[in-house]
Amino acid sequence: MVDAVAVRRQVHRSTGRTSAKSFARRKSTIALVMALPLILCIGLLVVYPSLYAVYLATLNKSMERFVGLGNFAFLFTRETFWMVVRQSAIFAVSAVFFKALIGFCVAHFVHNVPTKGQRKWRGMLLVPWVIPPAMSTLAWLWLFDPSYSAFNWILQQMGIGAVPWLGDPYWARFAVILVNVWFGAPFFMIMYLAALKSVPEQLYEAAAIDGANWWQKLWFVTLPMMRNIIAITVLFSLIVTFANFDIVRVLTNGGPVDQTHVFATWAFKLGIESNDIPLGACVSLFMFPILAVAAIFILRGINRRGNEA
Amino acid sequence: MTTSAQIAVGGVRLTKRGSMRRDRRRALFLSYAFLGLFVVFFLTPPIYMLITSLKTSAEISAASNPWWVFKPTLQNYIELLTSSTYLTFFRNSAVVSLLVVVITMMVSIPAAFSLSRMKFWGSAALATGVFLTYLIPPELLFIPLFKTFAFLRAATGIEFINHWWILVIIYPTLTIPFCTWIMIGYFGSIPKELDEAALIDGAGYVQLLTRIFIPVALPGIIAATIFAFTVSWAAFLYPLAFTTSTDQLVLPVGVVTTLIKGDVFNWGQIMTGALLGAAPPLIIYAFLMDYYIAGLTAGATKG
Repeated sequence: MVDAVAVRRQVHRSTGRTSAKSFARRKSTIALVMALPLILCIGLLVVYPSLYAVYLATLNKSMERFVGLGNFAFLFTRETFWMVVRQSAIFAVSAVFFKALIGFCVAHFVHNVPTKGQRKWRGMLLVPWVIPPAMSTLAWLWLFDPSYSAFNWILQQMGIGAVPWLGDPYWARFAVILVNVWFGAPFFMIMYLAALKSVPEQLYEAAAIDGANWWQKLWFVTLPMMRNIIAITVLFSLIVTFANFDIVRVLTNGGPVDQTHVFATWAFKLGIESNDIPLGACVSLFMFPILAVAAIFILRGINRRGNEA
Repeated sequence: MTTSAQIAVGGVRLTKRGSMRRDRRRALFLSYAFLGLFVVFFLTPPIYMLITSLKTSAEISAASNPWWVFKPTLQNYIELLTSSTYLTFFRNSAVVSLLVVVITMMVSIPAAFSLSRMKFWGSAALATGVFLTYLIPPELLFIPLFKTFAFLRAATGIEFINHWWILVIIYPTLTIPFCTWIMIGYFGSIPKELDEAALIDGAGYVQLLTRIFIPVALPGIIAATIFAFTVSWAAFLYPLAFTTSTDQLVLPVGVVTTLIKGDVFNWGQIMTGALLGAAPPLIIYAFLMDYYIAGLTAGATKG
């Protein structure tokens, strides 16, 4: 079969040599036409708006005058801005950490149980990721309700006082992180489970023969084998969590007193609700550095992989 | 994979019978215990949605045990499914999501084919660019897009903001990059001999795509379709920024902005609305779980 194809290929080459040039041109033309909608979509709706955001950020509020870095200078003098920076960082880092940790542990538990039961467990554990976050956050909002909180009802049954879940700044920060972890951990679980399944069983056998305990197996076999997937998922999740909007918006809308705003919700408040588009664009641009760092790491990963292959 | 694991376990059992087995059983028990704990954590909100949706406002305001339904009723479901506002949200969401899925597939399948098989100048850079585009969050783009459409209105006289169809224009930015990326992966795994044979038999590139690549990569296409649908169904920021009138809203925004009416005991209805809004993705997930998970993991293993 392979021989036949090779022979045919040679025949094809010898007959088609004269028109080879036009053929190549036609092939690349077709390719370009096929990719054109993609190029247009990305160019008009992603690349252009990103650059436009940079331009918008340099205008004054009525968008008539160029103010250069004036908007940034103004932001730096505002206390709310620094609060948003701090909250975004705390929110993203702690949420991603716990998502990865819980995802890693749960993936191990699922991996431990007999194979025929795994599907059922996996199916139940991925549900938070499937529900649209705006919808599931409504359920959390109701669970955290100031006067009818179902959690507080349990706490009261146990004789512990009510917790002001969304009323107190610290509890509110905890709540948005909790909901984010609840939503994102299943995704990590699925990723790590797939990675765990791809670790060759022989490595564990070899480790067992060498007398490794479970901790050593984890540290010297599992983690090195999963290093890539952990790095990628954490980077991805950092981007997504840093730019989170739905959960914070529905759960606290930035309150109490702007204490739980992250970049996206604050940018929305300034840009769309207060109609100060340049300032909103300015705030949303602060999501860019983390993006650039992640992009560099991921590109390096792709190149390395390309060289190996 | 499983058989080798079982053989390994069997081998271990033969050599060190007692303690190994006890250890395994303890590990298994611990695994089940923790899994149970996490399932409770993960399923509490959806189950609580269901519990509340079956209650009357009177029962909710009575502040009895919130985790139990004393007088179950389908009142909330009947009210919502006969309310024209809610049905409008549902219809808008369905129409937008289906159109976005169609557009996404029509753009990303040919593009992925072209990028994975027919090299042209800059195609490698474009493939990487597609992936980077996937990383740009919509939270960065909504303000410039908002301004762009306001500008377009001034230039053309067509009102873009506050029409549901604007979402059909914008949502593909959420779906196309990822779908193209995973389709490049799926198409890349098809052996080159297959297209060479087809080309020699006289197939054109379009035929090659429709007759060979699409049928062979069908599981990947299904996974990408599911992804595109769930993403456009769940999108929240864009519709919140771009649509405001009640008859133009899609479901997530409609439920959040119109059903929450301050301190009225409307929570039974809100939870019903949220649960019905979560139903389409949940149903798709229940029936096509393997495709759903394949799409999810393909994206990262390729990254």
